[in-house]
Amino acid sequence: MTALKVGATAPEFTLPSTPDQKVSLSEFRGRPVVLVFYPADWSPVCGDQLGLYTELKDEFAKFNAEILGISVDGSWCHLEFAKDRRYPFPLLSDFEPKGATAKAYGVYREKEGISERALFVLDREGIVRWSFVSPVGINPGADGILKALEQLNK
Amino acid sequence: MEERSVLSIPVTKNDHFQGPFDAPVTLVEYGDYECPHCGRAYPIVKEVQKKMGARLRFVFRNFPLTNAHPNAELAAESAEAAGSQGKFWEMHDLLYENQETLGGELVQSLAKDLNLNLKKFVDDIETRKFKEHVKKDFMGGVKSGVNGTPGFFIKDVRYDDSWDPDTLSSILEAAAQNQSKMRRTPG
Repeated sequence: MTALKVGATAPEFTLPSTPDQKVSLSEFRGRPVVLVFYPADWSPVCGDQLGLYTELKDEFAKFNAEILGISVDGSWCHLEFAKDRRYPFPLLSDFEPKGATAKAYGVYREKEGISERALFVLDREGIVRWSFVSPVGINPGADGILKALEQLNK
Repeated sequence: MEERSVLSIPVTKNDHFQGPFDAPVTLVEYGDYECPHCGRAYPIVKEVQKKMGARLRFVFRNFPLTNAHPNAELAAESAEAAGSQGKFWEMHDLLYENQETLGGELVQSLAKDLNLNLKKFVDDIETRKFKEHVKKDFMGGVKSGVNGTPGFFIKDVRYDDSWDPDTLSSILEAAAQNQSKMRRTPG
């Protein structure tokens, strides 16, 4: 599976952000969006990675960028995880049909049934401007995201 | 096509460093005083420093993950405040050695133990004198690809492997020897 290339239009999705609310990518048209695909709630690396993005809330706000976390976990699981870690951004549930969004972005790991640890930076029109697939066990940090957001403003 | 994350802020004499400034190898740590992994790394780095002596320069920069660690920012600013009175490393060590009881009371009693000018110390903490400094360290770390703590760099490249004492010291030793060899090469 190959991740969606730079220049591609990001596939639309509508996914649960809580057990009774849904979020569509198109709602964020006009703002940069950072899609953070990660393998699973509660696993140590994901926690650190999303914690780092939480720390950078003000930096992302400077770009008016929206951060969306996406994994195959159910929305009840997301809810507890986000509450426990006090994440300020939505965690979307790519749960049913399982991994459909990850597949559309080319970052689904069929064998394990989880998504890759992948990042996509979308511009205001929803075009992929930067992407990165990290080894599953390695937190990709935030330097690439920030550089990509800076580039959007040029 | 994965790029290796490289230290974007070069080490200068304004950094907090231990060991000779021109040591053959430098270990930079981006650390959080409340992070349990950093707490585990603390005695390991000490051990490696002892083993390597003057062949190692160790640099510490702040990377407080304040959302997860409510006392990390205070601790970072306290170490900097102590640093402005010439006692950075003493405070750094005591913070890690008392990680379990981090907080306002602890930093004040450590400041007392270190014979700091207490009025100045409290003033620096209350006016958040080192807030910007800590933030600058943090953002420099983010831009260098620090992805969690402890974030280590060896010879300016992010080090993602194990930092158990044996691995860390053998990697640092190899880097130090390489460096000395390079220096001996004429031209």
